Amino acid sequence: MSDFLLEIGLEEVPARMIAGAEAELGRRVKELLTRERLLAPEAKLTTYSTPRRLAVLVEGVLAAQPDTDEQMTGPSWKVAFKDDAPTPAAEAFAKKAGVPVSALEKVTTTKGEYVGVTVRRQGVSAAQLLATELPREVLALYWAKNMYWREGKPERFVRPLRWVVALLDAVVVPLEIAGITAGNASRGHRVLHGDRSVVLTLAGSYAEQMRAAFVVADVAERRQIIRKALDKATRAVPGARWREDEPLLETVVHLTEWPTVILGNFEREFLSLPEEVLVTVMRDHQKYFAVEDAHSKLAPHFLAVLNTEADADGEAIIRHGNQKVLVARFKDARFFWDFDQKTPLAERVESLKHVTFQKQLGSYHWKTEQNLRVTRALAAAVKGAGVAFDEAALLKAVELAKTDLTTELVKEFTELQGIIGGLYARAQGLGERVALAIYEQYTPASTEDNIPVSVEGQILGLADRIQTIVSMFGIGNAPTGSKDPFALRRAANAIVKILAESELPLTLDSVLHGSGADGANKEQVAAFLRERLHFYLKDMRSFPYDVVNAVLAAGADDVRDAIARAEALTAARTSSDFEAISAAFKRIKNILRQAGEKGFAVGEAQSGKLAPEAQHLADAAAALAPKVTALREKRAYGEALAEIATLRPVVDAFFDKVMVLDPDPQVRGAHLGLIDGVLRSFSGIADFSEIVTA
Amino acid sequence: MSSSALGFKLKPGVLTFQDLLFRLQGFWAERGCVLQQPYDVEVGAGTMAPETFLRVLGPKPYRVGYAQPSRRPADGRYGENPNRLFKHTQFQLILKPPPENVQELYLQSLEALGIDLKKHDLKFEEDNWEWPAGGAWGVGWQVMLDGLEITQFTYFQQCGGQDLDPICAELTYGLERIAAFLQDVDSIYDIVWARNPETGAPVTYGEVRLAEELQFSVYNFEIADIDNLWEHFNRFEAEAKGLLAQADTLLASETATPAEKRRFPLLATYELALKCSNLFNVLDARGAISVTERVGVIGRIRTLAVGVAKAYAAQQAA
Repeated sequence: MSDFLLEIGLEEVPARMIAGAEAELGRRVKELLTRERLLAPEAKLTTYSTPRRLAVLVEGVLAAQPDTDEQMTGPSWKVAFKDDAPTPAAEAFAKKAGVPVSALEKVTTTKGEYVGVTVRRQGVSAAQLLATELPREVLALYWAKNMYWREGKPERFVRPLRWVVALLDAVVVPLEIAGITAGNASRGHRVLHGDRSVVLTLAGSYAEQMRAAFVVADVAERRQIIRKALDKATRAVPGARWREDEPLLETVVHLTEWPTVILGNFEREFLSLPEEVLVTVMRDHQKYFAVEDAHSKLAPHFLAVLNTEADADGEAIIRHGNQKVLVARFKDARFFWDFDQKTPLAERVESLKHVTFQKQLGSYHWKTEQNLRVTRALAAAVKGAGVAFDEAALLKAVELAKTDLTTELVKEFTELQGIIGGLYARAQGLGERVALAIYEQYTPASTEDNIPVSVEGQILGLADRIQTIVSMFGIGNAPTGSKDPFALRRAANAIVKILAESELPLTLDSVLHGSGADGANKEQVAAFLRERLHFYLKDMRSFPYDVVNAVLAAGADDVRDAIARAEALTAARTSSDFEAISAAFKRIKNILRQAGEKGFAVGEAQSGKLAPEAQHLADAAAALAPKVTALREKRAYGEALAEIATLRPVVDAFFDKVMVLDPDPQVRGAHLGLIDGVLRSFSGIADFSEIVTA
Repeated sequence: MSSSALGFKLKPGVLTFQDLLFRLQGFWAERGCVLQQPYDVEVGAGTMAPETFLRVLGPKPYRVGYAQPSRRPADGRYGENPNRLFKHTQFQLILKPPPENVQELYLQSLEALGIDLKKHDLKFEEDNWEWPAGGAWGVGWQVMLDGLEITQFTYFQQCGGQDLDPICAELTYGLERIAAFLQDVDSIYDIVWARNPETGAPVTYGEVRLAEELQFSVYNFEIADIDNLWEHFNRFEAEAKGLLAQADTLLASETATPAEKRRFPLLATYELALKCSNLFNVLDARGAISVTERVGVIGRIRTLAVGVAKAYAAQQAA
């Protein structure tokens, strides 16, 4: 048994793609070895990666596939041997099986006697198999963005492949990937080790040999090193701690081979800039960790994760350089902040006329006016239902919401749109309600994000988004397939999420009504919102698809109500009574559809003319309907569904004994009237016929 | 007089702005690059000069380096911002096809500038480049030195809407940034551009360029005549379109001789497209182009640039 090592050496792979590729390479190698019966049962597989390499070490690879015996069956014995002498048929079969005729045996099967032979197939060696099969597995790795590099463009990969190491213990496996022949020479850290190659003597000693070349190949180990180094560097500032940032940590883990950390400083005066701006510069632009004091306030320090280990002199140079870059960016931000204050938000409303929202629609000034109109309508609906909020603050926030688009700071940090407006509103003394609503107008930015905390922010967010959707649909910019250039799906997802998670007394329909949409436009948007609600319930709330279909068929307007019904239905559907009811409702729907196709009239379910089982059903349904309605109105959906499930015995009996489509039109009409009534009475919570039963 | 008495901190041996350019030129000339002069038509980046935009097309190997003053009218700050310029200088390098050790060569070029890599932190961070109006894109990195982006390193995949084969490596050094870094000055305008070899007296970047930054900011932001700019744009565009139509006919012709095809002035046509691109940038800085109009105008420039690239490839093959 051997250890197998594969390392592919690349020019720096984008940090965001490395973890996925490392896992995929491990999976592909394991599947290949398993498929080819080369993996020992106790084998252990370890994967490694750095920006310049992906590697897999398998401890427990068989030297070769085990030999196998293959049972071959040929022509019938009678044809192959005449008077015990082989015929040409026997000779042909022996030739095909690669054995002498004398090796052929008689095999008795249920169909008769045949010629057979057991052939021993020798297993292929691991080296040979890996050499032929592994290159295509490597080249099949998924990358979010590929490139060509060789002339004639023979293959695409994330970045140029520069070396390959393939070792079975100490022996090179002769494989070739993208024109590179595998060897035992890897490369170390670009600067700390330099250009000379790292000759790997044994597959199993990969990690140790790489470490000697200043490469920590194990990702988890690098993560741990960085965490500890961050802790250690932060200790230089009493009482401080570095601010946890999982995504940033993952990024720097995949940007380094030999990570160290330095603590840098900036002048305290920059702390007067808003934390959002400071953190955006540090995290998004410079990939630095922020440092906070014991009160969770930003401290005038940062932590940079380096991909090198410098001496004291070098560290001082690196710290100095990083500080200079950061301070220059802070100075820019402060310059913009101060410059922007010269023109308060209120004075910027007019200049929105020069900022285009959409050419066919108008400027952001137009957009603001539209948002005000929609906001007033929604505010009236919310107020009418008795929910408290500050209407004056709301309208002020809507009026100023887009003015930060004219500020230098937003031009510089577009990702802080809205947030900057909120901060400016606060700095300019416009009041906390106004500032907060502006600040959180773009939340939720994604399906994972939280909704605005303030009622004003929620209403502003709804008004802005529904207005955008309705007006974009109006000029033919509805999303199609994968194309959604105006991110209208995201806007609609946010509307659904705000309605689902807030206390606002609004429904999809009332929001749409508030937008002023009408005619075909309104219908289109209504269908679009409904589709987004479907997405929300199924993909965000993970309700089963048939539950979602059933619930939305009974009403897709009130988002929180749809969620409550979906929860009740998900819980109820597991009971056998309920399954039976679902099946019966499906049957009722089918019968009614057939009747409709045949032109059968639906009559009145008159008592006295019905068979006993039909009468029982009519009586039970009549008794149950008011109860269910009452429970439904109380939104006691679980109890309502339990009540409906009690219909099972009478429904079952009805279908057992009664021929619904009776030849007598009178009787048939009465039956149809009966089941139609049952369907109508009990489909208010969900259309049970949508439920998929086992 | 000592250098500190002159009010600048330039240590002996630290490169001036022009030394920096000499070193880069020398380094790459020794590695087989043609050294070109800056292109004498306004461009937004070294990529747009024909030595890159057109030379990368087709199969012929080429290595070239040149400093390219690059105009970004909207980035002008009246000479008041220490880090931003209307016109900055790119040292642009094209290696077609890229040698296998292109990254190592690049690192050696940094060492040639006196940067001791053992005393710095260097990272290649993903940064994919595209110039939509030129139908050009590539994948690559921004090279970060102690947190500062000093070079854009791109493997060109497409240019002028054409797939490239071979591809090429494009290295774009930001000379002002690198100089400010090496000289450790806080403002670009304090960079020592040159110094008198006898007295050591410096000529600063500010002395050479500050007036230009101020005046062009005033022009681009406040004074440029919008109607006039549009008129220029439309005229250059119309002429370029007319030439492209002729080129298409000529290059597709079976009766025209290769010599007739080769003399058709596609290089002049490309200049007209560059003029349009620069006018667009000035109009944009002037605030005369709305967000939605942008897409349309960029499309018009793209039509010209892609048209030239296509015709140029056909002309080369003629």
